[in-house]
Amino acid sequence: MNGSFDFDWQAALDSIPYLLAGVPYTLLIAFGGLAFGFVLGMIFGLLRLSPTAWLRWPAIAYIEIFRGTPVLVQVLFIFYGLPQLLGGPIDAITAGIAAIAVNSGAYISEIVRGGVQSIERGQREAGLSLGLSRAQTFRYIIWPQGFRRMIPALGNQGIISIKDTSLFAVIGVGELVRQGQIYIATTFRALEVYLMVAVLYLAITLTLSLALRMLERRGLVGQ
Amino acid sequence: MSERKIDDTAAPIVRMEKLNKNFGALHVLKDVDLSVAPGEVVVIIGASGSGKSTLIRCINGLEEFQSGRLEVDGKMLEPHGKASQTLQQIRTEVGMVFQQFNLFPHLSVLDNITLAPRKVRSASREDARETAKRLLDRVGIADQADKFPSQLSGGQQQRVALARALAMEPRLMLFDEPTSALDPEMIGEVLDAMRELAREGMTMVIVTHEMSFAREVADRVIYIHEGEIVEQGRPADVFDNPRRERTQSFLSRVLSH
Repeated sequence: MNGSFDFDWQAALDSIPYLLAGVPYTLLIAFGGLAFGFVLGMIFGLLRLSPTAWLRWPAIAYIEIFRGTPVLVQVLFIFYGLPQLLGGPIDAITAGIAAIAVNSGAYISEIVRGGVQSIERGQREAGLSLGLSRAQTFRYIIWPQGFRRMIPALGNQGIISIKDTSLFAVIGVGELVRQGQIYIATTFRALEVYLMVAVLYLAITLTLSLALRMLERRGLVGQ
Repeated sequence: MSERKIDDTAAPIVRMEKLNKNFGALHVLKDVDLSVAPGEVVVIIGASGSGKSTLIRCINGLEEFQSGRLEVDGKMLEPHGKASQTLQQIRTEVGMVFQQFNLFPHLSVLDNITLAPRKVRSASREDARETAKRLLDRVGIADQADKFPSQLSGGQQQRVALARALAMEPRLMLFDEPTSALDPEMIGEVLDAMRELAREGMTMVIVTHEMSFAREVADRVIYIHEGEIVEQGRPADVFDNPRRERTQSFLSRVLSH
């Protein structure tokens, strides 16, 4: 030891209750955003597959725009930019959820497209040849199989979006990172506190990973 | 098969006139005329790429055609795949068995068979299950009802696919090389089930490479070459006395081994 380094375990432990207060916001923004993102992903992913150009084209535009710009820029635009258009402020949590929604929605669109496209053509032909409508064929045959194949990629996107919420400290949402910053401002224990912040993110993402792996092991995923 | 009933006086189930089909610049079907009477078993033979699969896939609209007339079960199919409502009605009455079985891997055998009757014919769950079990019994795999397709052999899967199509009580059955993806020892069990179906009077259009099966079961054999019907007639005539040179050379190639 060169003497200048001392890791203050007490400070690390003391920060935990304070940091934990940020976890609900992290989870709310991540999973709230992902829920809307999944809806957007289904809509635009399916539009992206449409043979009709005027349906496909808006989906391509949506995907390219929100996949091609940083989620930080998106949330700044929503939080600071949109109020100028709407004429009223947007709550920071709402802005965070909206940013995760549109951003993850773009990626999920591509996951949905890939999952649906991965189903062999013969499945559709078998459904149609039995007299099922195109919508019934999709609902009972293509989607259930495609969805199983999407789950690993959806899990991956979930983990990415959870981590993306850390950027929303900049708009003042009291999520994990923001709570850490505030705590550091009074204690000056950056090393200890950021380590604890990292540990809490890891706890959240590992839980999600484990849940997914259990789904896979039970054979509910893949094929 | 002489006691089989073909109703020549009734309106044909399939009436195809001057049907033309292109894949881009490739002219796959050329002025094909084909009429299938109720109760008739038609076997289509020909080299791979001759257009025989495309031909039967036109009958239930899985392939669209560019010109010609096509009437199936009294309903007109339009060129370029128009009129999807009619198409769905036709498909309800026309069953199809595919080379690759195309069972639904996420559904049990029973659910594979009951799905369409329940969703299209609005059959009750109980009725659909009863019908499914009866059909499974008929194709000799009553004990497999609760398994998933991946747990079955190829021959069993294809018999499930047959039961699935029959559950809709079709007026016409199409078979697209039903035994080509099977291991040799499983071909017999599928052909037996088809033989049984023919004996019961089902109208069938079969694309196959099984020449001895064709000879035995077919009322009419059609030889197709490069998208054209070159020769057709009773199996004995086509197989033993082919009149056209192309038919002769095709048969000498496939029957020699």
